[in-house]
Amino acid sequence: MSSKNPADSPACAREGAPRKGFSRRTFLEGVGIGAGAVGAIGTAKPARADSNDPVGPGPVAITLNINGERQDLEVEPRVTLIDALRNQLDMTGAKKVCDRATCGACTVIADGAPVYSCTMLAIEAQGRRIETIEGISTEDSMHPVQTQFVENDAQQCGFCTPGLVMAGKAVSDRSSQPSMADVEAGLCGNICRCGTYVGVRKAVYEAARA
Amino acid sequence: MATKYDWPAAEDRSLIGKRHNRVDGPEKARGTAKYSYDRNLDGMLYARLVTSTVPHGRILGIDTSNAEKVPGYKGHVNILNVGDEVQWVGAEVLAVCADTEEHARDVAAATAVHFERLPHWVKDEDVEQAGTANRVTPAKDDTKGPDIEEAWKSADATVEGYYGLGIITHCCLEPHGQVVDWSGDEITVYASTQAVARIPADLARGLSRDESIGTVNAEQVHVITPYMGGGFGSKFNIDTWGIACAKLSKQTGKPVKLMLDRDEELMVAGGRPSDYGKVKIGAKKDGTLVAYEAETWSTGGVAGRGSPPVPYVYNNEERLSQKARHLNVSTNIGPARAWRAPNHPQAAVLTMCPMEDLAAELDMDPVEFFKKNADLTARPEVYRYEIDKCAEMIGWKDNWHKRGDSGSGPVKRGLGLSLHTWGGRPHDSTCEVRIQPDGGVSVNLASQDLGVGTYTTLSVVAAETLGLQIPDITVNIGSSRLPISGASGGSTTVGGTSASTRRATVNALEELKGVVADALEVDASDLVAKDGKVFAESDPSKSLSWTEACRKLGNRTITGQGKQPDREGGKLNDSGVGGVQMADVSVDVETGIVTINKIAAVQDVGLVLCLEQCESQVYGAVIQGIAWALYEEAIYDQATGKMLNPDMEFYKLPGAADIGELEVHMVQNKYDDRGVIGIGEPPAISPGAAISNAVANAIGVRVPTLPLTPDRVLEALANA
Ligand code: FES
Ligand code: FES
Repeated sequence: MSSKNPADSPACAREGAPRKGFSRRTFLEGVGIGAGAVGAIGTAKPARADSNDPVGPGPVAITLNINGERQDLEVEPRVTLIDALRNQLDMTGAKKVCDRATCGACTVIADGAPVYSCTMLAIEAQGRRIETIEGISTEDSMHPVQTQFVENDAQQCGFCTPGLVMAGKAVSDRSSQPSMADVEAGLCGNICRCGTYVGVRKAVYEAARA
Repeated sequence: MATKYDWPAAEDRSLIGKRHNRVDGPEKARGTAKYSYDRNLDGMLYARLVTSTVPHGRILGIDTSNAEKVPGYKGHVNILNVGDEVQWVGAEVLAVCADTEEHARDVAAATAVHFERLPHWVKDEDVEQAGTANRVTPAKDDTKGPDIEEAWKSADATVEGYYGLGIITHCCLEPHGQVVDWSGDEITVYASTQAVARIPADLARGLSRDESIGTVNAEQVHVITPYMGGGFGSKFNIDTWGIACAKLSKQTGKPVKLMLDRDEELMVAGGRPSDYGKVKIGAKKDGTLVAYEAETWSTGGVAGRGSPPVPYVYNNEERLSQKARHLNVSTNIGPARAWRAPNHPQAAVLTMCPMEDLAAELDMDPVEFFKKNADLTARPEVYRYEIDKCAEMIGWKDNWHKRGDSGSGPVKRGLGLSLHTWGGRPHDSTCEVRIQPDGGVSVNLASQDLGVGTYTTLSVVAAETLGLQIPDITVNIGSSRLPISGASGGSTTVGGTSASTRRATVNALEELKGVVADALEVDASDLVAKDGKVFAESDPSKSLSWTEACRKLGNRTITGQGKQPDREGGKLNDSGVGGVQMADVSVDVETGIVTINKIAAVQDVGLVLCLEQCESQVYGAVIQGIAWALYEEAIYDQATGKMLNPDMEFYKLPGAADIGELEVHMVQNKYDDRGVIGIGEPPAISPGAAISNAVANAIGVRVPTLPLTPDRVLEALANA
């Protein structure tokens, strides 16, 4: 198999990958998210992925910290973060495309690191600071990555765009002077079918420096 | 002489042909653009398909008794019935719905469909084997030009080779599907579609076939699609899932969402036919091409699919002897759908690759060879210019070497090129432009923006015509209740919609001028709209700002109508473009991995409306070309009849690090008087052939079939 598949490239390892024991990335890279990540809100809630008490299969109450706001919801334990965001909270910026940790359309940021929300259970997202595309702009101003996406025509159909913006934001959060190779490494867990990468690379490169 | 609808002369254009940010860019970047998949309506149910697990069979039984007991079950509708035949894995059998997405999956899983298996066939490349299996329909020879036997005798060099490319699938990131809300007599459909105006009739027809539903009129159906996440030719119809979704909505009295899963999307909702061919081509010593002969075969599912137009671009019927024969291979796979420039990418591979092989045989620089034969194309001057321009962009003179003459290290570099053509004639379109007393301007038509920039191009057309700026214009598309405009296929949208919008805007402005003329006491024909003002050309002091001018309307809103086609007063569009692409690649002969260093693309499209969005179309087309040249291919297993890679892990697409450097040059100011011509398809044609030629130049042998995966590269090297 070609080592050129973006998702197989070690540079594409996305931190904080999800479902314990099932994540190819966590397995390959031996990195997991800091277990002690401190959420801005309390975590002593009925359903915890890391507890030994069985939960489900019926809905359980969980609390998420999304864009700094507390969200209480009831989900079956099998519900992924992307489905909770989209179906329950009507936060439809993140998209579900491959549903299998390959395309990055569902990318959100958890405790500062980009994660595939299709491969993280909603109950696992408890206690983490989740940032979604909805949270990085205000009515009057966009995040520099978003501004640069527009300036560089880094979008066509736009379905991959929110995921790429979040991946790009993670790049620019990490460094204000990323090289083009850093930018490519940070983006290569995301797929765009329309072929917007030329603008996307430039947008993220410039936004980090903005 | 310019008549009243003609595009403004170059010196009078302030917006046309310039760079503009995409009008819908901020909404997309913010994630607030609402796609069909994003619609969450009150009380909405979630639907799933239950599909065929066999590649060919007859349905013996459909059992929903367990499914109906699953918590959250709300309903189901049959798409096929007992006794019906299925012809591919993934064929839609029924749709089920439930209160949540998770429950809908449970319900689908609890539904049992039993099949009687029938013989199947999924292999297309080995045409003899397919013939033995009775899967091949031959067509007759298509002969053109001077006698081919004489031509072969006159040839000093001939090359015979085998070339081909596998099946790819559209893999739109937003899958096919829709949300349907059937309430009372009104059916609202949020469909991910390339054909907003066509879906109502399509759905009404599909529903009316069901006696239990009765007659449904297209007028009852309202399609709403402000945004859609990719189509590339695969989203023209409502499809079985759209009809089933509407029936579920009627049955349950609730809105229902049915979007395909990724595996369904890849198996049944996309598909560009394969094409393989044995090609013979010959030229004289000086490089004059004299004959081309091909036997080609392809599949696009059970019905097969159209043949590639070969020889491609180089096809002068007076001077080039041509013979082509196409065989249709019938396979039990999801049916083909139109894919950006149907049959042309295949034709480019089957023509430009043999040509490059022949140039190598003649010991000629392919750039010289392709240029020398430009007279065999429909537009020799265009291609000669574009080849020179592209060669300059890629540094052909400095970087090209003779085939295989690429040093002793394991990494070999090579250059290759390809030419293409496309029609891109305008589709029919009607448009209504409104000017309001408060100065607001809206452009209204039932078109759609697939990501190509329709919002932006129509804003530019209206703003340029009225002397306003882009933000002054509201473009309303994506609703079937607006004036009818064509489906977005064949690169017909920009030519059609820009013409109807230009005409409607000019007509609306005429009416406004009439009102302003009275107010300023000047002749209406003396008025111009420019820089946000309406003023008398003979006496610019007689002037009103745009808002003042519109206020003169009192409480009346002006409505200007425009349509395409319309022969009156001006040439706004055309068809027929040319393009050239060149690729610079590196091939590691130890691993077989091909890396793109650079691709240069030169493209003419008549008059460029929005330069940046035009370039984006070309970048995108080239990147998609890199995908099918190097990575993506639908792989089928004859034993099970299944597609082996219906996911995005093994159906590979390139990422941001895999595309190298891309450079695009849009030809401007040379062919502007032709008017607007579509851009979506042409640049999607050449990348595969150009990359394949560059690889051959690098490693000294032809890798016959695309995608040029490492195993194929290594095999070609081993066979050399
Ligand atoms: S939808 Fe999550 S990675 Fe593709
Ligand atoms: S813009 Fe369409 S998938 Fe990226």
